[in-house]
Amino acid sequence: MKQTVTITVNGVAHTREVEPRMLLAHFLRDTLGLTGTNIGCDSSQCGACAVHIDGTAVKSCTVLTVQADGSSVTTIEGLANGALHPMQQAFWDKHGLQCGFCTPGMIMASVDLLNRTPNPSEEDIRHGLDGNLCRCTGYQNIVASVQAAAEAMK
Amino acid sequence: MAKVIGQSIKRKEDPRLITGEAKFLDDIQLPGMAYVAILRSPYAHAKINGIDTSRAAALPGVIGVYTGKDFMDVNPMPCAWQAGGVKNNVNTPRVLEPEHVTWTGAGVACVVAEDRYTAEDALALIEVDWEPLDVVVDAKKATEAGAPQIHENAPNNVVMEWECGDAAAVDAAFKNAEVTIKQPLINQRLIPTPMETRGCAAMYLPHTGEYTVWMTSQAPHVMRLLMTAFVFGIPETKMRVISPQVGGGFGAKIFLYPEYCLMAALAKKTGRPVKWQETRSENYRATTHGRDHITELEVAAKKDGTVTGLRVHTYANLGGVLSSIAPGIPTTLYGRLLSGAYHIPHIYCKVWGVYTNTAMVDAYRGAGRPEATYVAERAMDLVAQATGVDPAEVRRVNFIQPSEFPYAPADNILAGLKYDSGNYEPALDRALEMAGYADFRKQQAEARKPPAAGGKQGKLLGVGLSSYIEICGVAPSAWIGLPGQGWGAGLWESANVRVHLTGKVVVTTGSQNHGQGHETTNAQVVAEELGVSVDDVIVQHSDTLGTPFGYGSYGSRSAAVGTVAVYNSLQRIKEKARKLGAHLLEAAEEDVVFEDGKVFVKGSPDKAKTIGDIAAQAALGYSLPRGMEPFLDDTAYYDPPNCTFPFGTHVCFVEVDAETGAVQVLRYVAVDDVGNVINPMIVDGQLHGGIVQGVGQALTEGAVYDENGQLLTGTMTEYAIPKASLMPKIEHERTVTPSPVNPLGIKGAGEAGTIASTPAVVNAVVDALSHLGVKHLDMPLTPQRVWMAMHKN
Repeated sequence: MKQTVTITVNGVAHTREVEPRMLLAHFLRDTLGLTGTNIGCDSSQCGACAVHIDGTAVKSCTVLTVQADGSSVTTIEGLANGALHPMQQAFWDKHGLQCGFCTPGMIMASVDLLNRTPNPSEEDIRHGLDGNLCRCTGYQNIVASVQAAAEAMK
Repeated sequence: MAKVIGQSIKRKEDPRLITGEAKFLDDIQLPGMAYVAILRSPYAHAKINGIDTSRAAALPGVIGVYTGKDFMDVNPMPCAWQAGGVKNNVNTPRVLEPEHVTWTGAGVACVVAEDRYTAEDALALIEVDWEPLDVVVDAKKATEAGAPQIHENAPNNVVMEWECGDAAAVDAAFKNAEVTIKQPLINQRLIPTPMETRGCAAMYLPHTGEYTVWMTSQAPHVMRLLMTAFVFGIPETKMRVISPQVGGGFGAKIFLYPEYCLMAALAKKTGRPVKWQETRSENYRATTHGRDHITELEVAAKKDGTVTGLRVHTYANLGGVLSSIAPGIPTTLYGRLLSGAYHIPHIYCKVWGVYTNTAMVDAYRGAGRPEATYVAERAMDLVAQATGVDPAEVRRVNFIQPSEFPYAPADNILAGLKYDSGNYEPALDRALEMAGYADFRKQQAEARKPPAAGGKQGKLLGVGLSSYIEICGVAPSAWIGLPGQGWGAGLWESANVRVHLTGKVVVTTGSQNHGQGHETTNAQVVAEELGVSVDDVIVQHSDTLGTPFGYGSYGSRSAAVGTVAVYNSLQRIKEKARKLGAHLLEAAEEDVVFEDGKVFVKGSPDKAKTIGDIAAQAALGYSLPRGMEPFLDDTAYYDPPNCTFPFGTHVCFVEVDAETGAVQVLRYVAVDDVGNVINPMIVDGQLHGGIVQGVGQALTEGAVYDENGQLLTGTMTEYAIPKASLMPKIEHERTVTPSPVNPLGIKGAGEAGTIASTPAVVNAVVDALSHLGVKHLDMPLTPQRVWMAMHKN
């Protein structure tokens, strides 16, 4: 039995009929065509699918679309309108990505990390990003990116 | 003019990746697209007595359900690289297995449905009549009498027996040795884990018989060749293969997989564009794994630490069937590197490639070279332990000296090639200096004292070294193809450079970028040579339509082979530009030069034609010298005369918790020499990632099958790739020893970190426990394993 949901995504309200079992990640990607949010696992480990729900980073593969009814979701596409968010700029400047598959989720999680901890230590960043896996960078330049973004956002 | 090569220029590929605009495989959506899910064998070894698809086919939304019997006209996958000089008993997968499965995860049926949820639902309705058979998962046990026989054509489950070196000379070295060491080593099975799993989409046009196949591939041209010529038996011109944005590969995306061929076959059968995106659980079961060696290492040495002989016997687990280049990995890329950075007088290596009831094993970052380096670097520490000579000194006394290059390792184990260039001691010295190695030994000794004497009970300190080398720029076609290395093709690379009327430069390459930054690196070489802005260069790749044939990206070869093709093409473009420039300047050809993107008469740089001026005239064609073709356009095929051999020394400091056995990496110091560097930022990034991946093998990663062939580490919950908190910041520097092999002097950097770091960490942990009598530990060094070793004696 399909259910009706209304979810505001990147500032635009979308009302759709969805199966109760549909994951939010699939709603964003397949229903709305917002393919910037990637899916890297099926056990909520990797964090590639992280988006913001009402301002907090959440793994969208772990949320049913119906659970997000009435909420406001921000994806990588909506992080900065037209320009680059300081976090995106920092990932570019500091070579915080290689293949780029984990990057949208990593950026969304990093923005949330700075929202909660505006002046993080290196340890804060490393532990704060433990829920987001990257296989390319060894995390060194991701840490540098988050540090640079923290400076830029002061 | 400022040099562009050698600058840390920000990557051209990043804007699409940081904004979510990049299109990965699963982002591809075609009109009328249907979704595919694959039923995989729950048994590691079984016969299929029958499959009932009727209930699945009846589910609303299901377009079709198919089994292996529906695709008997599609040939099995080819095995493109069989171990050279020996008989290979080859068995490869089919698109879906019709009768006999030899590993859990083998595809046996598939559903095509209107959406991915329905396709998954229907899988559960397929009924298979299984007849389970006896299982063996351990490569050595699989060769023993009484082991289950997996394939009729492979007695004792042996794919091939391969050897290199001189057994008799090594026997003599052991007979005369002052010190001999015997140590079994396990290089455990790993799961590559690119963050993007595999996927494939396919479309078929029935009236023209043309396929378009999108796949997560590191080698799209090779995929097209193998699919058309070997699997489908159709003209190569009837298929276009596209690798879209690819989210990492680490080797696992080199190979031709059954699913890619299945998608093409399904597109034809159903008349619909189809797409399959692997789940992570599928990826762990059905994508290739890496490593998995059981080795017996024997070392002969003198009391001063000089190694006099090396004997290595290895059982290499190749899985239930062979992946595309499986037998080439534990042979050409393993045995041939066993001399490492050392002048070892005699070496002998024997390898048994073995079938077991496990997933296919093939190249994974480093591919054979990490396994060889692990053997060589553990050997150095075992010699240190046996002789009492410091591990740094053991390395020093055995190093190949700069005067010995080009160096041919003993007993022709490198089959005719020679190490190109090297200067190993400065890298070791600098790493030890950065690390404060001598001071650390004092701290370690202090920490080991009893508490009353100021000892640091509860925390055991250790330091480990790794003075690695590796084989990069894997190519020379005449070496890898003939004589007897087994790769059934050449390994050159290609590039086309065109300077358009507007002065913008289009480069197409046969290399494939899946995170390495080729679009930036190649653009830097163009900018340097032609004197244009990096922003005015576009590098196109990964589509068989519009790019020249290339063998793809793996083996740290895209810069050392692929970018050199770009460079060579640019030299010919420059020469044509110089001639046209002379014509435009109304000067004699021999009087003009091409410098910094301008052509001018020697001594008169103020009256110059820029590359832009010349490109415009070449494109317009109004005024060309007699006989000159319009346009600045050149295609180069580069086949290097040798591989390249990067090197370096890594130093790892660890602290082991005596209560729990937990290992903490305190510091990690790396000095690498990858020859000349085009973009230091990108090279450093490759090294960071490689190092952490290798540390993952040492500390946390390991694929585990139970005795029934069930993968116990089947999701990211059980298979632990490194997280951000695993490591401290890596401290690194470079020495630069240009390669004489290619005109850019570059060696390659994609795999060095992974190759170096694993033994550095293991050596450090063994060092931390050495006063407890621990001489060796098998990976991964989990707290449990370390604790057990500490409490064994």
